[in-house]
Amino acid sequence: MSNIKKAFDHGKAFIPFITCGDPTLDLTKKAVIEMEKAGADLIELGIPFSDPTAEGPVIQEANIRALKNKVTTDHVFDMVRELRQTVKIPLVFMTYANVIFSYGAERFMKTCQEIGIDGVILPDIPFEEKEEFDGVCKQYGVDLVSMIAPTSEERIGMIAKEANGFVYCVSSLGVTGVRSNITTDIGAMVKKVKEVNDIPCAVGFGISTPEQAEKMGAQADGVIVGSAIVKICAQYGEEAVPHLSKYVKEMKEAVSKNN
Amino acid sequence: MSKGRFGIHGGQYIPETLMNAMLELEEAYNKYKNDPDFIREVETMFNEYAGRPSRLYYAERMTKDLGGAKIYLKREDLNHTGAHKINNVIGQMVLAKRMGKTRVIAETGAGQHGVATATVAAMMGMECEIFMGKEDCERQALNVYRMRLLGAKVHPVEEGTATLKDAVSETFREWTSRIADTHYVLGSVMGPAPFPEIVRDFQAVISREIKEQMMEKEGRLPDAVVACVGGGSNAIGAFYHFIEDKSVRLIGCEAAGRGIDTYETAATLNTGKLGIFHGMKSYFCQDEYGQIAPVYSISAGLDYPGIGPEHAYLHDIGRAEYVAVTDDEAVEAFEYLSRIEGIIPAIESAHAVAHAMKLAKTMSKDEIMVINISGRGDKDCAAIARYRGEDLYE
Repeated sequence: MSNIKKAFDHGKAFIPFITCGDPTLDLTKKAVIEMEKAGADLIELGIPFSDPTAEGPVIQEANIRALKNKVTTDHVFDMVRELRQTVKIPLVFMTYANVIFSYGAERFMKTCQEIGIDGVILPDIPFEEKEEFDGVCKQYGVDLVSMIAPTSEERIGMIAKEANGFVYCVSSLGVTGVRSNITTDIGAMVKKVKEVNDIPCAVGFGISTPEQAEKMGAQADGVIVGSAIVKICAQYGEEAVPHLSKYVKEMKEAVSKNN
Repeated sequence: MSKGRFGIHGGQYIPETLMNAMLELEEAYNKYKNDPDFIREVETMFNEYAGRPSRLYYAERMTKDLGGAKIYLKREDLNHTGAHKINNVIGQMVLAKRMGKTRVIAETGAGQHGVATATVAAMMGMECEIFMGKEDCERQALNVYRMRLLGAKVHPVEEGTATLKDAVSETFREWTSRIADTHYVLGSVMGPAPFPEIVRDFQAVISREIKEQMMEKEGRLPDAVVACVGGGSNAIGAFYHFIEDKSVRLIGCEAAGRGIDTYETAATLNTGKLGIFHGMKSYFCQDEYGQIAPVYSISAGLDYPGIGPEHAYLHDIGRAEYVAVTDDEAVEAFEYLSRIEGIIPAIESAHAVAHAMKLAKTMSKDEIMVINISGRGDKDCAAIARYRGEDLYE
């Protein structure tokens, strides 16, 4: 059991995602520290991958920028090691199966435990393939976060029953990225999860405005924002920190209106 | 281990959003694959529309010139649309229609799979959108025009290396956003289960015919079957019914590009390592951190950093051999077959011809070799001319 549950101890959680090394690991580090101060309850750290098939153009481009800067898995581990000297909130990695597989799943999870990573989110590992990493995740106390989607329907019970950390509710069809309108009944998805497992549910994909965050926060335990954060990094580069801080504060306030 | 495995390879490494679509496809395929009506419909289209069975042609001049094994060419290039790709497209689209889908999407590398999909979509009255790397759109401009002519919408993919792998990624992304009315006609024996099995079953007609035709012409099995391998659909099609016939050597020819000791290569089994990508566990060209390599080959159809899981398995157990063929060798074979037999092969198929030319000389005159000519080379003429320093204006 990791620390992830603590992220949901102070009312509705706000969970920003950031691509590590976009534009530099130095900026990522500063951003994580400031986002914690601004109210982030958990932070998703994206380890860049050359072919992120679940991402829309914004995060795809961030991955390409980071890889152009020669960011590697080992560099990301080093950054987290430094971050953990001050950052207390739960941190999870979000990446793709091949990044972990090629590093060696055991070596990867062992390092996660050492440096204080609480979980991993892998969009290309569905329930049917989770045994690929599940054993080593449990061995090293790293939660393999399960995802459910608007198409999951009767699969939700099965997935939720074995879920660890929190359940990632994908808000809409398609890839990550800003959407003007989310029509999925998130409340119904969350209810199906809670029927079988008392586990926090956070909703992500397509959320960018405080209005959306408030609305989504009413139906789930937390709200995840990726592309909107990455856009700020792309726009302001090394100067992004104050803008990120202001944005996270606004979003946390919006989510908290449901407390 | 999950289903859809070939040894340790295969599986279903895809986003949760697509899982029910995969299960629906699997269920439909299991329901129809032994259904006499379904089989009859596919076979009728194979014969009446695609022009099957394709010929098994004795290449007499080539045989005499090389002075070794007796060489037969399996003429998949004579199929409607000029390649083996239509076999799989017909099968999947008859299936998609029975599943109630009205729209199909597909990736394409050289454009042959895109053209085949656009063709059958036109014939069946289905909406069709094709994703093709921007660089490939330029390399294969004629095929882009053919797809548009057939009523398909072609999306040039600018992401990543703007070639086949990016087209596959983009088609998966598109499918994730619109599933209910849409089937993804995956073009090779790759991706998540059940695609490697479905595509193989529809391409297996190639080896079924080779076997029958060979028994008729020679009264015995061939000693070697040679085919080019990118994802591996024509090769698995040509190998499948011979896998249990241990006397038949099965040889897959990968694209070495500028050489397997360079970074400009697409020879997965010769340079790659085990990984997880595009829905499957298999071998991939990648760096030490698992970043997928930007592969290269003169052939847009073989320019893919992975290989289908069944080939990975046949490689592991040593049932099939996989060799690497360079751009230079393939171009020479392209020109050689054109001159000696009056058959212009696709540059993809020319990789198989190139290796066969070397192999035939090491075999005796009473041995028999079959080369799968997976497609015709009209589409490649401008690029090969350019490779030889000549600019063509069409």
